[in-house]
Amino acid sequence: MTVHMRDWDAFVTPAADGGVHMDLAVEGITCAACMGEIERGLAQLPGVTRARLNLTSHRLAVDWDAEQTPADLIVSTLDHMGYRAHPFDPAAQKAREDRSGRELLRAIGVSGFASMNIMLMSVSVWSGNVTDITDETRDLFHWVSALIALPAVAYAIRPFLRSALAAIRGHRLNMDVPICIGVSLAVGLSVIQTLQSQHHAYFESATMLLFFLLVGRYLDHNMRGRTRSLAENIAALKAEVAARIAPDGTVREVPLSKIEPGDRVLVTAGERIPVDGVIDVGQSEVDQSLVTGETALAPVGPGTRVYAGTLNADGVLEIRVSAASGATLLDEVNRLLEAAGQAKSRYVVLADRAASMYSPIVHAAALTTFLGWTLYGLGWQPSLIIAISVLIITCPCALGLAIPAVQVVASGLLFRAGVLIHSGDAIERLAAADTIVFDKTGTLTLAQPELLEPVDDADQDLAVAGRLALSSRHPLALALARATGASHPLGGVQETTGAGVEASQDGQTVRLGSPAFCGVSEARVAELLERHGDASLLAFRVGTEPARLIPMRQSLRPDAKQVISLLQSRGYRIEILSGDRSGAVEAAAMALGVTHWRAGMTPADKIARLDQLKAEGATVLMVGDGLNDAPALAGAHVSLSPVTAVHLSQAAADAVFLGDALAPVADALLISRRAKAVMMENLWISVIYNLIAVPIAVAGFVTPLVAAAAMSGSSLIVTANALRLRLLRSRARIDG
Amino acid sequence: MEVLLYLIPVAVSLGALGLVGFLWSLKSGQYDDLEGAKWRVLSDDDLPEDQQSGKMPDA
Repeated sequence: MTVHMRDWDAFVTPAADGGVHMDLAVEGITCAACMGEIERGLAQLPGVTRARLNLTSHRLAVDWDAEQTPADLIVSTLDHMGYRAHPFDPAAQKAREDRSGRELLRAIGVSGFASMNIMLMSVSVWSGNVTDITDETRDLFHWVSALIALPAVAYAIRPFLRSALAAIRGHRLNMDVPICIGVSLAVGLSVIQTLQSQHHAYFESATMLLFFLLVGRYLDHNMRGRTRSLAENIAALKAEVAARIAPDGTVREVPLSKIEPGDRVLVTAGERIPVDGVIDVGQSEVDQSLVTGETALAPVGPGTRVYAGTLNADGVLEIRVSAASGATLLDEVNRLLEAAGQAKSRYVVLADRAASMYSPIVHAAALTTFLGWTLYGLGWQPSLIIAISVLIITCPCALGLAIPAVQVVASGLLFRAGVLIHSGDAIERLAAADTIVFDKTGTLTLAQPELLEPVDDADQDLAVAGRLALSSRHPLALALARATGASHPLGGVQETTGAGVEASQDGQTVRLGSPAFCGVSEARVAELLERHGDASLLAFRVGTEPARLIPMRQSLRPDAKQVISLLQSRGYRIEILSGDRSGAVEAAAMALGVTHWRAGMTPADKIARLDQLKAEGATVLMVGDGLNDAPALAGAHVSLSPVTAVHLSQAAADAVFLGDALAPVADALLISRRAKAVMMENLWISVIYNLIAVPIAVAGFVTPLVAAAAMSGSSLIVTANALRLRLLRSRARIDG
Repeated sequence: MEVLLYLIPVAVSLGALGLVGFLWSLKSGQYDDLEGAKWRVLSDDDLPEDQQSGKMPDA
């Protein structure tokens, strides 16, 4: 836990029964047993009235009496049980309520009920029509069907109607326009048929159509929701809080949304700086790799500007939060981001492209049928019935499921591969990529530095250095302690801010810190840097002996080389664009076998290079994590970012991948390509279905029975075809 | 065929009962955690102390 108190009032909301309520994201849940353990453990605390863990979303809802138990006791109880928990910011609570998902489910329930009950009547009518049903009975059945269908359709069509009206207002055509026209015409025609005591009515077709389409719509919605809720958990676990210094000097942790310009914020050693601002008090070094890609630490002091997302190394800083002043790096990034986002919204998803081709053809076919039969001399009313049956049979039932069903299966596969996508069309765009641009720092490399020379267990000096490093929170020292496996810190350690730590061991002074702190000459440093251009240096000295230099570097992700060569063998063009120094980038590019690389790139340079690639006809996948990558991520055709990325970059990227390995990038590309292929297959299945069904309908042979069979049949076929994608699962493992 | 006059309303109202049940279960949040629900069935937490951990209640 952190050193200062959290301001719990900001996270806790009052509940109806006089108690309080809090939602937490819980990390470390592996199985159902954890659920019982957590709920029982919390129920034993005094005053806790309800503790319920949602095993799907890994979120815990607790209601308790604040008088009897303080909020931090709940978090620390979870901590003792081995689960890290972070409260959600209630400010974001409203946005999390899944209103549209519930509305879709209710509409599915209503249309399902209606289609089942109407089918009961319809089957009787169909069988009666070929045997001995009386006209009075058939009319009764049709009237009962109408009684169920009219309110049910009026209720269940609303999600489609809203989107269709929005599309028409924007002078576009989407899939929902023909859906609404088809369903309303089917219901209207059926009512007229019923009034005239005809043999056929299409009430069951209308409700069944809505039922299937709503299922497709809900699958689509659910996939987006799942990714979003996981992304929120990750955001909460990354603790988007800041330690605010109140005017009376007390320090409280509050959600970032509660921080205002002018507030003062405390950042201790080793913490990530949560806000943009100017340093008031304190000296330190700052790791800016997430912001600029630069791996060398930058010294900072009072008056220096610091950015959110950078890592404070070893000093304690007090930062005054600044409002965006127009000239900062962040503003520049935001400006580029906006421009890039606008360019991207021009992409039209496959489903809408299919709809825009489909609607005119279908409506023209219906009109031609009507005119044709009228000219043939059938009379306008029977001709109209045949024309409407064309619309009903072509109503895009299979088309409505064709793409969402594939997206759901593909996003499930991606999830298992460690990739969380933000939107369904990311799959289509990933499938189109032929060029991959990587950022170096934090993307091809891991976020933490590692020793350049392997650790020798017999190396006593290094072991002592490792123990000494335990007392510092400097990123390089942390890496050294981890590499040496040190577990017992040395006693009596003194820290010199911005320089290093020293202690005494067997009567000798041992020092660990910057080369200058250990008295290493500039020439030696320069000589070592010549050999390892991209290394960061840590020096260690025992007594008055000559100091020893420990070069460190951010190592490549463990499977980076295999993944890059796999991607190259699949025909992708690979390029590295980094904000880091040329030496560091060259070394990484050499190690990975990448020939195209550019160093020292600013955010605007990266965008410019992407535009240049686009002009050459390439479709670019951008993979990056830093604040400096955010505009490029938003501007590229499609983008991925690792889960360690800054918030802004994750928001700009189309998908986020988890873990230390780079393999999810290759898996994502493979899965997307296969998914796109299955989507195209499904579209072709719909086309073939229509090629068979439309002539039958135009000829006037479509009875309600034929329509019902054709609709459910084609829906089942495209769903089954989408499920075929699951077979890919085992194969992707071997390839990746 | 007079039997239809009360059989149809019975059939439709049974269906409607199912719909109301579904809407109620949706509203009361029973679909919020499908993953957890399947495990909660197996938990004995709601039984009195002496019947927990797999012991059969005395017949």
